Amino acid sequence: MTSGTLSAQITDYANRADPYPLYAELRKQPVRREDDGTFLVSTYYEVRNLANDPRLSNDTSNRPPGYGRPGQPPPESGLPPSFIFTDPPVHDRLRETITRPFGPPHSPRFLDGLRGELAKVVTELLDAFEGRDEVDIVEDFAYPLPVTAICKVLGVPREDEPRFHGWADALASGVDPQAGGGSGQEKAQRARQDLGAYLTDLIETKRRHPGPGILSALAPEMTPADLEATAVLLLVAGHETTVNAITNTTLTLLRHPDILDRFLKDPDLAVPLIEEVLRYESPVQFVPWTTALDDIDVAGTTIPKGSPVWLMLAAANRDPKRFKNPDRFDPDRKDNEHLGMYTGIHYCFGAPLARIELHLAVPELFRRVKFSRLLQDPPPYRANAVLRGPRHLPVAIEGLTA
Amino acid sequence: MSADTDVQLLRRQGRIVVVGASLAGLRAAETLREQGFTGSLTMIGDEPYEPYDRPPLSKQALLGRAQPEDTALPRRRDIDAEWRLGVAAESLDRDAKQVRLTNGDTVPYDRLLITTGTRARPWFHPEEAALDGVFVLRTRDDSARLRRKLTGGVSRVLVIGAGFTGSEVASACRELGLEVTVAERGPAPLVGALGGVIGAVADRLQRKHGVDLRCGVSVTALEGDDVGRLRRAHLSDGSALDVEVAVVSLGAMRNTEWLAGSGVAAGPRGVACDAGCRVFDVNGIVTDDIYAAGDVARSPHPLFDYQFLALEHWGNAVEQAEIAAHNMICAGPDRRPHLWLPMFWSSQFGVNIKSVGVPSLGDQLVVAQGALAAERFVAVYGYRGRVIAAASFDGAKWLGFYEQQIASGAPFPPEYRTVDRRTETLHPIDPAFPDPHLPTHGATVTLTGHSPSGRRVSFIPSHA
Repeated sequence: MTSGTLSAQITDYANRADPYPLYAELRKQPVRREDDGTFLVSTYYEVRNLANDPRLSNDTSNRPPGYGRPGQPPPESGLPPSFIFTDPPVHDRLRETITRPFGPPHSPRFLDGLRGELAKVVTELLDAFEGRDEVDIVEDFAYPLPVTAICKVLGVPREDEPRFHGWADALASGVDPQAGGGSGQEKAQRARQDLGAYLTDLIETKRRHPGPGILSALAPEMTPADLEATAVLLLVAGHETTVNAITNTTLTLLRHPDILDRFLKDPDLAVPLIEEVLRYESPVQFVPWTTALDDIDVAGTTIPKGSPVWLMLAAANRDPKRFKNPDRFDPDRKDNEHLGMYTGIHYCFGAPLARIELHLAVPELFRRVKFSRLLQDPPPYRANAVLRGPRHLPVAIEGLTA
Repeated sequence: MSADTDVQLLRRQGRIVVVGASLAGLRAAETLREQGFTGSLTMIGDEPYEPYDRPPLSKQALLGRAQPEDTALPRRRDIDAEWRLGVAAESLDRDAKQVRLTNGDTVPYDRLLITTGTRARPWFHPEEAALDGVFVLRTRDDSARLRRKLTGGVSRVLVIGAGFTGSEVASACRELGLEVTVAERGPAPLVGALGGVIGAVADRLQRKHGVDLRCGVSVTALEGDDVGRLRRAHLSDGSALDVEVAVVSLGAMRNTEWLAGSGVAAGPRGVACDAGCRVFDVNGIVTDDIYAAGDVARSPHPLFDYQFLALEHWGNAVEQAEIAAHNMICAGPDRRPHLWLPMFWSSQFGVNIKSVGVPSLGDQLVVAQGALAAERFVAVYGYRGRVIAAASFDGAKWLGFYEQQIASGAPFPPEYRTVDRRTETLHPIDPAFPDPHLPTHGATVTLTGHSPSGRRVSFIPSHA
């Protein structure tokens, strides 16, 4: 393997089903410079420290000319970046404003209040398995739930939800560094425009006629452009990641029948089991949008000011220096401080929502469905290397209990 | 016969006695069992309750969001201990290797762990302290009593002392809609712990939230009515204040009186121990069977000139307890040093305050991120050209980075670019700590000098 080719191999679709040997290769050099001057950081402590380092920026406009600037809308669009692509103080102001109607301390019961509706969605999706001997866990189960959840959070009318599903799909492919300039990027741009137009109307409606959801609460607090960018972010970041987490949990359990047996006997295993999936199959495999604001010395290497930095979460989560037998799926792991939800000020905003969704979906899926086997292993994957997950997960099932 | 055989015997059938059944005592007991200690374990605590968590007592518990009785500490594992609760240790007899309790019982030990912690410093005038309406806040019962009083129709509360506890109480009172006067002898709140520059921000924060803050003023007397209820407070500026409730927040006193005459190096500044938590005797000779951990312990720290540090910090109690427990049942080469970097947090007036290192050692300060005026910042303290501490208002997530800067002796002032840096160059200023000779009560890190023996200390450059 020659130097400088690893990032290309990681984004190469041929390695999507099993990128872990590449990550192991990457970890041999914890801080690795690619030929274009991008630095890949792949070991646990180095990733964790950098994610918490104030010299690292999430605002890619700090990159010198010539580098990609993911997350930054073209200057002529006049649109603001969403808060994940900003630094303090802008980031803190936006994130705090958005947290106000979303979680504690001001709205500790908001997410909890969605449980009933989301549980109903899970029940309906599983009811539809009746009489079938084959289902696609992605299309038939994992996919519909998170979009519904985000729609409930935002306060999108139920009848508009199907349109959201289409936009979410198109936008997620825009996060992929590989998709740069390709048809995925164009599709994402168009979806972004359509979604933007829809949201502008919706925000205006919510401003005049407040209803449930955070858009109504935020409409008086934020500029329409910031609020729109936020809504798009929540949709993109909250959708495919959660689909992948639900699908990966299902896939991993079906690959580990001994642990599945334990889980069926002991539903309390759900908590450590789901956390272990977040480590073992990280829903966001890496964060390719950070930039060094100054020279940073890491593990004996200096990352020069202005360098793009990729933080390889999925590689860090399998670092043997931090996790014993890292390639083993082990829900009994103690002290499982994985980076599956990131760390630092950009820690996953939707983490509590994602955990609610996972804990509603996974135990109920395995309680009600009697699985026979995976029909395709490995399953076909989506193109996206960052939000990595199966496109389909066909499984044979033997029955459904009420 | 080797030391190793002794250790094996101790691990199997030794008798370990823990005096002080709070956070440090519990975590030590759990660590002992975790590491395979199978002998007898006795937990002695003067309060009638099993170990509970104190931080919520001045925050959520006062607001009614948590009940004081629901603050029991989560258990990591079963510790199979004999609990002697509601009875305090009265004295230590090192020759007989036993602890005498206030009920006359004696408890023999092979290894003793002292985790007696601190108590609230009471109002200096005992009769005034006994007035109905005069409170301190340290225990579960203190918190429950104060909560009952605050929600029982009082209109104005006087908080005496604007350290962390006092400021948190004032914050809770404002949130409950009560009028609050805070009297602070120093020039600003939190000044002992964070200095006058940051203190000025805390000052603004309190006033913005409607606190009647009076700095540079002390309370000289508390006056009761004819049935013994607090009715008025007299201040050093000659004014008087009609109040029904006064919360005395004048810092903590270390529970070491029971060790008087035992020959261990214990005094008002704590129990001196080495970095391995082994307690010194008064001659400065280390004992091998008596250990200390938590708020009551003071031990030397290499990052801070080997000064003896006493830390009233939650995280320190946990880690020091784990190390003390480990070392108690190990032979020499396996023992570990306690080199915890001081760290604490507070929550008041809607702001999260966090600090790492020893700010009071700082001779210079820069605002590295954010701005004081925005009440959102990270301030970095320097000491002779290196980073010695950092304190944040609503910036706690950055402190892990500065913790590493402190641990690696990084140069001060920091010269690198960071997110949210507001000025092109950072200009160090004097952090404005009060004269260390004047007593304040905000510090939770206490530099207690270099000597292991309390008796030999002639001068102690304490900021607390």
